[in-house]
Amino acid sequence: MSLSDGRSGRGRHVTGVSGTPLLEVEDLHKHYPVRGGVWSRQLGSIRAVAGVSFQVLKGQTLGLVGESGCGKSTLGRTLMRLEEPTAGRVRFEGRDLAAARGAELLSLRREIQMVFQDPYSSLNPRMTVGEIVREPLVVHGIGRKAEQVQRVRALFETVGLAADAMSRYPSEFSGGQRQRIGVARALALNPKLVIADEPVSALDVSVQSQVLNLMVRLQRERGLTYVFISHDLSVVEHVSDAVAIMYLGRIVEQGPVDRIFGQPAHPYTRALMQAIPSTNPRQRRETVPLQGETPSPTATPPGCVFSSRCPLATDACRVAMPALEAISAADDPARRHVVACVRRDEIGAWPQRAAVAA
Amino acid sequence: MMPLLEIDNLQVGFDTEAGLLRAVDGVSMSVAAGQTLGLVGESGCGKSVTAASVLRLVPSPPGVMLGGAIRFDGQDILKLPRDALQQLRGREIAMVFQDPMTSLNPVFTIERQLWEVLSLRFGLDRAAARQRAAEMLRTVGIADPEARLAVYPHELSGGMKQRVMIAMALLCEPRLLIADEPTTALDVTVQAQILHLMRELQRKTGTALLFITHDMGVIAEMCDAVVVMYAGRVVERRPVVELFEAPRHPYTRGLLDSIPRKGVAHKAELPTIEGTVPSLLHPPPGCRFADRCRHHAALDVVSQRRCREQDPVLRADGSGDGEGWVACHFPMAAAVGGGT
Repeated sequence: MSLSDGRSGRGRHVTGVSGTPLLEVEDLHKHYPVRGGVWSRQLGSIRAVAGVSFQVLKGQTLGLVGESGCGKSTLGRTLMRLEEPTAGRVRFEGRDLAAARGAELLSLRREIQMVFQDPYSSLNPRMTVGEIVREPLVVHGIGRKAEQVQRVRALFETVGLAADAMSRYPSEFSGGQRQRIGVARALALNPKLVIADEPVSALDVSVQSQVLNLMVRLQRERGLTYVFISHDLSVVEHVSDAVAIMYLGRIVEQGPVDRIFGQPAHPYTRALMQAIPSTNPRQRRETVPLQGETPSPTATPPGCVFSSRCPLATDACRVAMPALEAISAADDPARRHVVACVRRDEIGAWPQRAAVAA
Repeated sequence: MMPLLEIDNLQVGFDTEAGLLRAVDGVSMSVAAGQTLGLVGESGCGKSVTAASVLRLVPSPPGVMLGGAIRFDGQDILKLPRDALQQLRGREIAMVFQDPMTSLNPVFTIERQLWEVLSLRFGLDRAAARQRAAEMLRTVGIADPEARLAVYPHELSGGMKQRVMIAMALLCEPRLLIADEPTTALDVTVQAQILHLMRELQRKTGTALLFITHDMGVIAEMCDAVVVMYAGRVVERRPVVELFEAPRHPYTRGLLDSIPRKGVAHKAELPTIEGTVPSLLHPPPGCRFADRCRHHAALDVVSQRRCREQDPVLRADGSGDGEGWVACHFPMAAAVGGGT
């Protein structure tokens, strides 16, 4: 593998490659056994990811949104094969990631890297940050030491850190700087896909915008593809080309960012949008979009997973989990909009967000 | 209106190995009955220490009260004897934290904890307390409250513990409720429920609310007026609409600009605040934000020296019916046609 710093990607026209899927996920499952009783028998299972299908186009960002326990982080880890999928297929550039073993898995892992939420616990405190960023090159046996150090130096420059920072330890850096180090480490192997799990959630807002700017710039310069996992809808709207909404292990809606935010078709998506506090004090909410909490994944309601909280639910909703169905002209994969709701034509009956002035 | 809570030039430090860290360095603000004051700022700005000081919850050592006064209904909390302070806590003033386990005792059932509050505050017997507690749990959106009373905190989800803590704070019908990031750990749909509930109860009881958060959306949603803190100081105070539409401190402007908002182009570069907060062990003379201030660089040399050498005083700037205050030698232009 070459040691070029990946800048060959600069100036690549993202629009030119639009429509080509880099990652295709089909009916992916990740279940965890629940054991108990005298012999630790398996009593049931938690279906953290329960039949998820989506694709991510080359050079684009898929925002993966949902509340705690919806399975978005498990999904991210399963894509990385940090968790073994229970069932389903994950194709990366046509190769089956879920079935890959040995050398093939190792080579696929170079192409997919991860950025984690907590910049305080995801960096080894006993290693210098230069060693941390160099480690993936050592693990994959790429280049000689001098070349590796040279590459790390270039990566530090790319993410906006001074080269003399390489010999310092993680504790000497602020949260925002640590997240830049996490990004540099993810880029060391020159991956095509980066899975970022809540990469800015632990950061103060002024620092958050610095890391978002960095990620957007790297995508433009290197043609990177992102899966951006977050519960923060305003951040997701800003960075994503497409958005998938998860609830209790399922994707309930996916589509282009402008459609998801402009014409959400699933009742849960609509509730999420209405729950975000407006940053305009003249437009305060008077209504509460949803009552109660997400049920435990051990006790999913029968039928549609959202039926127990959905104001539009009828008996028909409690029969079976509806499949994702296209609600847009689906010829252009970049404009594909799918929703899993039998009552989707009734979404107009959803209560509007009432607003009052401050 | 006569303020219910008045914090006057509060100074709180922490003894560290490297010396005295001035976490809160001359902070003043006031809240009136029925009013919600938002306290906003980034980590380490001193907002939580300010809030904890009101109930004298800053651990000492290492915490040191260096000066100032906190007047509640006219009496200085910092000078109260211990037992008089106990009378205020959980009766006149209640506090809600980000982590519900700060308030809940893991070894007692929910009923026992709520009963304790009610018997202390209102002298209710067990049966009467049980009924009131169940009513309040239902009000904060807990289904089947009678069954929940019998459980221990660990048997509840994070969202439910948060509701129980809020129920506990509201059961005492405090005159002042201090909420420190009460919904930060919650899902946005649950956050919407809790915020709604707090507003409803405030409408009914006229409780004054001091709301600490880093989330500008929650500030916009909840507050009448806002205090912005930076590096242990108040840099701006303003009625909420004017703060969002015409902030006059460059730090406030920077905070608002860094949030991706409607109207910001997709994937466009977001404004940032470069640099880092100065050390509170050795704060610089003059304005503490000068190093990171975009406006500072554009000033002439004489003006720049003024920012570097003279501490900007928080003063009324004549806007917002006298409620607008800013600590900046060269504040940004006032709004045209702003206001409520």
